[in-house]
Amino acid sequence: MHHPRNALQALAGRPLRFLWSAWPWRSLAYLLSGAVFGAAAALAISIALTAGVVAAVALAAVAVVPCGLVAGRFERWRLRLVDRAPAADPHERPGAPGPRAWLRTRLREQATWREAGYTLLSVLALWWVDLGAIAIGGAVPGVLLSAPFQPDTPLSLGLPLALAGAVIMPTAAYPITAWAGARATMARALLGSPDPELAEVVRSRARLVDAFEIERRRIERDLHDGAQQRLVTLALKLGMARLDLEPGSPAAERVAEAHEEAMQALAELRELIRGVHPRILTDLGLPEAVLDVAGRSPVPAEVDIVLPRRLPTATEVTAYFVVSEALANVAKHSRAARCLIRGRLTRETLVMEISDDGGGGADPASGTELAGLADRVAVLSGTMSLSSPAGGPTILRVEIPCA
Amino acid sequence: MRVVLAEDAVLLREGLVGLLERFGHTVAAAVGDAPSLIAAVEEHGPDIVVTDVRMPPGFTDEGLRAAFTLRAGRPGLPVLILSQYVQQAYVAELMDAGVGYLLKDRIGHVREFADALDRVAAGGTVVDPEVVRQLLTRRRDPLRRLTPREREVLALIAEGRSNAAIARTLVVTEAAVAKHIASILAKLDLPPAGDDHRRVLAVLAYLRG
Repeated sequence: MHHPRNALQALAGRPLRFLWSAWPWRSLAYLLSGAVFGAAAALAISIALTAGVVAAVALAAVAVVPCGLVAGRFERWRLRLVDRAPAADPHERPGAPGPRAWLRTRLREQATWREAGYTLLSVLALWWVDLGAIAIGGAVPGVLLSAPFQPDTPLSLGLPLALAGAVIMPTAAYPITAWAGARATMARALLGSPDPELAEVVRSRARLVDAFEIERRRIERDLHDGAQQRLVTLALKLGMARLDLEPGSPAAERVAEAHEEAMQALAELRELIRGVHPRILTDLGLPEAVLDVAGRSPVPAEVDIVLPRRLPTATEVTAYFVVSEALANVAKHSRAARCLIRGRLTRETLVMEISDDGGGGADPASGTELAGLADRVAVLSGTMSLSSPAGGPTILRVEIPCA
Repeated sequence: MRVVLAEDAVLLREGLVGLLERFGHTVAAAVGDAPSLIAAVEEHGPDIVVTDVRMPPGFTDEGLRAAFTLRAGRPGLPVLILSQYVQQAYVAELMDAGVGYLLKDRIGHVREFADALDRVAAGGTVVDPEVVRQLLTRRRDPLRRLTPREREVLALIAEGRSNAAIARTLVVTEAAVAKHIASILAKLDLPPAGDDHRRVLAVLAYLRG
């Protein structure tokens, strides 16, 4: 890590490089400025308290929003001390000019209330912790360094102690930087807008998956409307030709062979189309499509999927192929007698579980298809986990957010 | 028989017309969407309707809904439904006297297809073997009590075959089939039913759970 972007990254770098860098000093400055700000606010509140509890509470209640707005801005600005990446202003632009529109926008948006909450938190707790981190981090070296100035310590003892203090002084950099980094991360999470760059990357990957899916559907449609219809018609005509030929004649035999071939090709094409993009999924959605796969599974599969509505195409397709691949693996490796496919939409997340009563010991690394599907799940910001202890049961769990 | 056919893929529609005529039926009308299907049935009053499930304009289940509408107006009108894939939900509400449900690929087996058409026209119930296979997979536990031969017979009953047809398929006597059937019904706690059609419905209802 040659150029750490923030205090925590710097902390994880090589010790000498870290200690020599500006990061510990920046962290110290960050914590001190936080403590000063917090102490000033606490002082203001105590002065107000002397004027009466009711007045103080009323003042705090009215002041918390404007104070939060100012404090939020100050905190974001201060973040630069320990984080090179600027924290974006999370506030929306008011829809119309004028102070009333501005006030309405501010009061409605979440960012304002987050800032108010964060300010309250700073005043009540964080600045104490800032001071505490500095005090605790610097306590031992500080005491040692002060030894020569203690009245009843002889210089012969005081100097070596001070030397020892100077040597271990750098250790204070670690707790101070660690807390500064943690506090900055918290401040960024509460006060910044979500990382626009990262969100864009996720969105563009999702777009890619969508484009991919649209293309697969087009291929499916072409195969279905073209090749499949022609093959059915061909099989039909060959079947009719068989009827017209004298049974047992060489021509009848050859036509019979051709007919069987055509039926076989039709079955294979059906299988191929199912692998590209199953029509039943497009038409009827995930529960029906999974019923269809489960119906073809050699290991009896029970389906229990309850969804309140159709899900985004990419989610449906990914979940479908996960189930399809999982069932194939159950049939190939598990020696299971039965399996269960469960699906629910829980807090806008599709949760699918495929469990079997087989011997367990499934290795996620061995199933390359499954690994590929894990990638597809990941692109949708989902997760896939496999639990398969020796002796079973095996549970494959997939979660895909659909919000 | 006079047939009204609805299928939106032109090539397949023409193939089906040829097939129906080959087996001596008259195609009164061959149309490509649900409204035309309803109009054609009103106009020609056919003996049987053959329709694709999925048709324009919506490409979902227009053909199927048109068939229901038609049967509501003409109770008992035989309808043979062709589907791209097995749709378990339909099997539940679909199966009735004079209704058949076949996968499109089955058209390639022309004799089976013509046979199914006749059975539906005669008021029978026809279920695609694939549908039956899926149903059998789902209710595996109680079916363990059956012998493999009895399971084969059960599948053929569910497809809507008569005793004679089952005997032909398995190359056994009708008496042997009758014995198997009695044993199956006893093992599954189903009432003995004399009439083929009621037996199909009972077995399907049982398999659907």
